[in-house]
Amino acid sequence: MTQVFRIEGGLINRAKPLSFQFNGRAMQGYEGDTLASALLANGQRLVGRSFKYHRPRGIFTAGSEEPNALVQLREGAFQEPNTRATVAELFDGLTARSQNHRGSLEFDLMAVNDLLSPFLTAGFYYKTFMWPKAFWETLYEPVIRAAAGLGRLSMEEDPDKYDKGFLHCDLLVIGAGPAGLSAALLAGRSGARVILADEDFRMGGRLNAETLAIGDQTGADWAASTVAELAAMANVSLMPRTTVYGAYDHGIYGALERRTDHLAHSNGKPRQVLWRIYSKRTVLCAGATERPIAFGNNDRPGVMLAGAVRAYVNRYGAAPGKRVAVFTNNDDGWRTAHDLAAKGIAVAAVIDVREKAGVTAPNGVESFLGCRVVDIKGRKGIKSVILSNGQAILTDCLAVSGGWNPNVHLTCHQRGKPVWREELNAFVPGRDLPVGMVVAGAAKGEMTLGAALKDGADQAAEVLTALGRSVPAGDRPTAEDEPSTGTAFWYVKESSKRAWLDLQNDVTVKDVKLSQQEGFRSVEHLKRYTTLGMATDQGKTANIPALAVMADCTGKTIPETGTTIFRPPYTPVPIGALGGRARGRNFRPTRLTTSHQWAQDQGAVFVEVGPWLRAQWYPKEGETHWRDSVDREVKGTRRSVGICDVTTLGKIDVQGRDAAEFLNRVYANGFAKLAVGRVRYGLMLREDGMVMDDGTTARLGECHYVMTTTTANAVNVFRHLEFCRQCLWPGMDVHIISATEQFAQYAVAGPNARNVLQKIVDPEFDLSNEGFPFMACGEVTVCGGTQARLFRISFSGELAYEVAVPARYGDAMIRALMQAGAEYDAVPYGTEALSVMRIEKGHPVGNELTGQTTARDLGMARMVSKKKDCIGNVLSERDGLNDEDGLALVGFKPVDRSRSLKAGAHFVAKGKPVTTENDEGWMSSVAYSPELGHAIGLGFIRRGAERHGEIVVAADLLRGELTEVEITSAHFIDPEGERLRG
Amino acid sequence: MIIHHPLLGPRDAAEFYVLGDAALIDRPDGQAEDAAERFYGYLYLRDNPAGEHRELWYHEQGDRSWLVVTRDTLTHEIKKVELARDVALQKGRGQ
Repeated sequence: MTQVFRIEGGLINRAKPLSFQFNGRAMQGYEGDTLASALLANGQRLVGRSFKYHRPRGIFTAGSEEPNALVQLREGAFQEPNTRATVAELFDGLTARSQNHRGSLEFDLMAVNDLLSPFLTAGFYYKTFMWPKAFWETLYEPVIRAAAGLGRLSMEEDPDKYDKGFLHCDLLVIGAGPAGLSAALLAGRSGARVILADEDFRMGGRLNAETLAIGDQTGADWAASTVAELAAMANVSLMPRTTVYGAYDHGIYGALERRTDHLAHSNGKPRQVLWRIYSKRTVLCAGATERPIAFGNNDRPGVMLAGAVRAYVNRYGAAPGKRVAVFTNNDDGWRTAHDLAAKGIAVAAVIDVREKAGVTAPNGVESFLGCRVVDIKGRKGIKSVILSNGQAILTDCLAVSGGWNPNVHLTCHQRGKPVWREELNAFVPGRDLPVGMVVAGAAKGEMTLGAALKDGADQAAEVLTALGRSVPAGDRPTAEDEPSTGTAFWYVKESSKRAWLDLQNDVTVKDVKLSQQEGFRSVEHLKRYTTLGMATDQGKTANIPALAVMADCTGKTIPETGTTIFRPPYTPVPIGALGGRARGRNFRPTRLTTSHQWAQDQGAVFVEVGPWLRAQWYPKEGETHWRDSVDREVKGTRRSVGICDVTTLGKIDVQGRDAAEFLNRVYANGFAKLAVGRVRYGLMLREDGMVMDDGTTARLGECHYVMTTTTANAVNVFRHLEFCRQCLWPGMDVHIISATEQFAQYAVAGPNARNVLQKIVDPEFDLSNEGFPFMACGEVTVCGGTQARLFRISFSGELAYEVAVPARYGDAMIRALMQAGAEYDAVPYGTEALSVMRIEKGHPVGNELTGQTTARDLGMARMVSKKKDCIGNVLSERDGLNDEDGLALVGFKPVDRSRSLKAGAHFVAKGKPVTTENDEGWMSSVAYSPELGHAIGLGFIRRGAERHGEIVVAADLLRGELTEVEITSAHFIDPEGERLRG
Repeated sequence: MIIHHPLLGPRDAAEFYVLGDAALIDRPDGQAEDAAERFYGYLYLRDNPAGEHRELWYHEQGDRSWLVVTRDTLTHEIKKVELARDVALQKGRGQ
């Protein structure tokens, strides 16, 4: 098929022909075409099927408000459903498919729904699929989902890249139509930093679609020369293909820039960029959207908004028909007839609902005043229109104009409510605008070209003055005001056929009347009941006519009936753009310790702990199961010596004259008397008495401490300490800083730990049990003079130390330790072995510190000092937290030692049914103890401390396992702590 | 939202962590006779005004200042931003 509907003129580049495919058929267009204009030029009127009734649909608009012409663009993983053909820029090799039909577009098998329409009215789903209840999931929903809907996802990962960015400006101008260009020009000349954003790929807005003149230039030429002048200004950024989709607090706007959507391949460049624009002031020049008039079969392909017809004819050189009729309630419709005639396209008739119009039809064109279109003949394209006087007019395209709605959307994003302007028959922005926003041009109700140009400059001048800038002198663009009177006329009452309001969601006048009869009086209820305005176009062409129908039903005025509030986004924003680069591995930054490379070289398996990657275990050749590795690491450590990277634990440096008192208040146990060179275990509570975190704090000097936190809680604890310091006790002399990343730290544990460390720590430091006893700490040097800190603390229960060096020495340190440990068969161990050993010792970690456990639950009630005022001790004494029947942390062994245990199992007394009423607690941590040769667990059970030796059932209903377990001490190994003091 | 940090100027709200009611500064004396009652009120009873609200914001991705932000919960207008430390000192909190 050739471009039989291509006509002369327009803003397309005929030197650059482009090939594309629609439903597998090869077609031609030109650079500057949209997919919609190219389809029209090729005579393709039928482009899709409707959502519910599968009615044939054509192109309805020439912009982002398009409800009908949604297509699937591109192929394979690049496939994108629900793309509006009216804004999809044509490129060479573009492929598009129509959506929502079974069989071909021309013969959609699902069109049977249209015959069933008497049953598919408003609230159909609610009324029909009520029962039987079980049918919903098994029958109704799958069938409805298969039948309804729009395009299909590729089900493959999106191969495109998306970016995010930030921009700042004095003045953001939204929309580059006459008002926007006029505003940007004045502001640009003042030297202010201006961003001019427009959703179209060619700036100019309606100027490109109309034949109106500015001075002695055509509107389109003036737009082009103005854009060129703006482009030459260093203080102005032009952002075409950029939709400002949301107005947020304090002058912040969200904008989506389509960077490579108009290219066949993105070539590694981001496809779209999501911008956050910080503006001091904003001029909203979003223009207006034409609205249709509802009448019988007004959804047929070939029915098009009059302004869209002008756009296709004037801008794209594409005729929407060979013989066009116009149906209007305002002067715009007549201008459409003149523009068509000027292009040599036959005008079948102008039909105006008004008895009198101030304008005339082109020569030789018949006009019908006080007349209405009641029906359309032709199914997949118009053959004729039937008028209220009974006359039939032969035509293949009907241009409809029901007046224009100012695009008030962004003025509503901060709860602003539009107000009704009677003389315009439209809502205009209310007074309550987002901070820093003014509105200019058609978006404000200045509907003519001259008024829009003037208003754009006037608003910009006001904003510049408010910003303290002088307003540039010089000529401002002017133009004549075109005729623009109109009348309120919304739908043709005498139409007996269904008349469409919302084309995308298939909502008719009858649906609105029906829901009104059924009691849906509020517009918000009407929307949800009929789904009017809830499609991807958010009812841009549908909402106001529907409101008018509803007002008509109730005998109220439109403003009395109400308006719906618009929310972001103005047009759809892809999830990919909202995600940007933060997906997959890049979802958040990964933190690696400085000895990560070494661990990788050992073949370590890593696990995410908070934002960190930690070695989980180090498999050796021949080990086929993770347990093989972990058991070996535990045994090696307990028998000789093991080394573990503990860098990721939070480290907080605390200094100042009041540091001791500060720690004494943030820890529940006493810290006032901790001696220099000693370490103490600290239990930190929240103010509500629950345990927040635990760790050790070392006193390195008179006024210098180093606190450790659990890996996952490091950030929360630091924030909490800053709160205490700044908000609760601002007079204290204490300062804190996070030192987590500044030090690499290694645990050396096992009977040979001292022997290994003696080879590392420089000889002048005494590591003997007397010289450096359990819970000692100090600054030392290692490996011949490198500054380090040594702590004699133990998580494994063995004789153990932790040595910290400046982070840059982490890699060298782990290698030196392993080398020194070689003669003792030192093993590196990961977080799993660490976990096994801490369970064997009964130390709580995150599994136990859930934010719902108290010191009492953990068996540490005595640690909470009652003599001092510290965070959490007052409320920890609440009765509810001190119930005698309360939970206590104890150990568990399976009665049948060969059985494994499951974390998450709940305890019930032997012989009692496994019900919620009989629940006595739960298993929080489990491990296989290589030392004991059987499974062990930690868990909370009521009155646990008194129940050692009792047998209960651990019920894991998820995995269907009931296991008899014996309650024991949580300290499975070396309960007296002889090893760690050795 | 943009918060005008008293030391660093206008900063995006995304740099902050918000804790809530600035009344959390008024921590009762834990050694008082009626400490339990007072802590209950301090921790659990909050006003939820439609309008002006004083809140604690923490500049976590910045200088780690805790701020008292006076914000209108209906319009998000920010009327005042102070260093929480200064507010606490003015309230007579010291050591």
